[in-house]
Amino acid sequence: MSEKAILQLEGICKTFNRGSVNEKRALQNLNLTVNEGDFITVIGGNGAGKSTMLNAICGTFDIDEGKIVLGGKDITKLPEYKRAKYLGRVFQDPMMGTTPNMEIQENLALAARRGKVRSLMPGIRRSEKAFYREQLARLGLGLEDRMTAKVGLLSGGQRQSLTLLMATLNRPELLLLDEHTAALDPKTAARVLEFTEELAAENHLTTVMITHNMLDAIRCGNRLIMMQEGKIIYDVCGEEKKSLQVKDLLERFRESGGAINDRMVLN
Amino acid sequence: MFWDALPGAIALGMIWGIMAIGVYITYKVLDFADLTVDGSICTGGAVAAVLMAAGVNAWVAVLVAVLAGALAGLVTGIFHTLMGIPAILSGILTQLILWSVNLKIMGQANTVVDTRGQYVIVTQLETGFTILKLVAFLVVIVGALYWFFGTEAGCGIRATGSNPNMSRAQGINVNLNKIIGLMLSNALVALAGALLAQYQGFADINMGRGAIVIGLAAVIIGEAIVTHISRNFAVQLIGVVLGGIIYYIVYQFVIWLDLDTEYLKMFSAIVVAIFLAVPYLKEKYFSKIKWRKKPPKGEDKGSPGQSAGAAQGGE
Repeated sequence: MSEKAILQLEGICKTFNRGSVNEKRALQNLNLTVNEGDFITVIGGNGAGKSTMLNAICGTFDIDEGKIVLGGKDITKLPEYKRAKYLGRVFQDPMMGTTPNMEIQENLALAARRGKVRSLMPGIRRSEKAFYREQLARLGLGLEDRMTAKVGLLSGGQRQSLTLLMATLNRPELLLLDEHTAALDPKTAARVLEFTEELAAENHLTTVMITHNMLDAIRCGNRLIMMQEGKIIYDVCGEEKKSLQVKDLLERFRESGGAINDRMVLN
Repeated sequence: MFWDALPGAIALGMIWGIMAIGVYITYKVLDFADLTVDGSICTGGAVAAVLMAAGVNAWVAVLVAVLAGALAGLVTGIFHTLMGIPAILSGILTQLILWSVNLKIMGQANTVVDTRGQYVIVTQLETGFTILKLVAFLVVIVGALYWFFGTEAGCGIRATGSNPNMSRAQGINVNLNKIIGLMLSNALVALAGALLAQYQGFADINMGRGAIVIGLAAVIIGEAIVTHISRNFAVQLIGVVLGGIIYYIVYQFVIWLDLDTEYLKMFSAIVVAIFLAVPYLKEKYFSKIKWRKKPPKGEDKGSPGQSAGAAQGGE
């Protein structure tokens, strides 16, 4: 692993609904450095700020304070669609990452042009199709024979697999996964996760993956962070991470005063 | 009698078909219910009529009208994207602005085009030739749109309408695409207005009243016709034009039956309302069937009456 920092979050603060009864301090002076080649798993209770952190990186909203540096470039003020050039994203909701009214191959073609100027050239070229077919075949879902089917016809697992493929089609500097297997049945979830690891290893992708599954969090990647109340309360990597057990994480979670919910324990 | 009026109905239907293609772009592709069109169709007609009354060539007048329509779309787009105003309200605001603008363009409530004294592209005095010209117009428009929505930029607009979140994540400038779509749509609507003013020989401040409903009716009728034939984009657009033609043939039929045409807008609106309600009622009705087995008796009492009411409303 090289130690070149690819992403730096410096003192990020974000409060939603400021001044109202629903005020929520989602991120509180959050600091994080992600090094090139890192595969980080993120865990934490509901409302810990995990998704908010990813959305802050993506630029879904403006942050109140702090600085976001990606690949040496300050992107704090960059609008979401411009940051997309550097980021591959998979959302928790399988419906979010694809356009239902367009064909499978058209979705892939959209993703292949992420971060590029969209000109008056054809939206999909014949020469691309063979490549897409090859990539789709890797999913093992038979989608390579349905390339002109509308994505709205696919199941959640199929759509999520497609989204993952789309996120990595045009190699991102950072792959952000927001509980991308949470809405899938266990078997499909396992397969999508396996494919995630395969893609990340093959393309040497720097990855941040939120998960509710503690076993997955320990097993996957080289580094694990635990969040609570908008801050990182535990950051572990290498051998120490590999030797972790679920009970260690729960213990640590309890120590920091977090409420353990069923979902975390059951997983 | 009815057959004599048929060519005229077809020509009018084709002109409104161009307008309905504009509605299709916002309503179906962009998922944006744009009410600007009630104003921009009149803007197109007013600009063309005033320019032609001043002696400008008919083609130049149409071109300027198209640009004016695009400008109207730009205003709605800015209201919606930069100022955060909801889609429907943005359109209504522009529509109201255009009411004043259209009056100012014409200087009065209507402007006459001298269809006998000067060259016009389409006219009700020669319906046969007019229909041929309109076919040519439609071939060019459908061809151009088919090409454009297949390009990288066009695919970006389609993605924007289908899933804005995903589009942003794929680096698509959603706001810009909405503005481009609105401009394109209203340019086509203004084109229809300019042709309509030439065809009927005048532009009138009320010519756009309820245009959105006619456009939606054409889109809905068109969808019903071609949905089982092909999902191809060009076929969909042709369906929309056929929808416009059918609408005006029905209109002509109602006149022929000597029914009170003052009811026509009401009937159009009701027909559109019913068609728009169908998907919702279908879902509600089917979900009711599933539900009926589960809830305890006490709660179930309310639902049969409700579903009966909903079904009645749909029929």
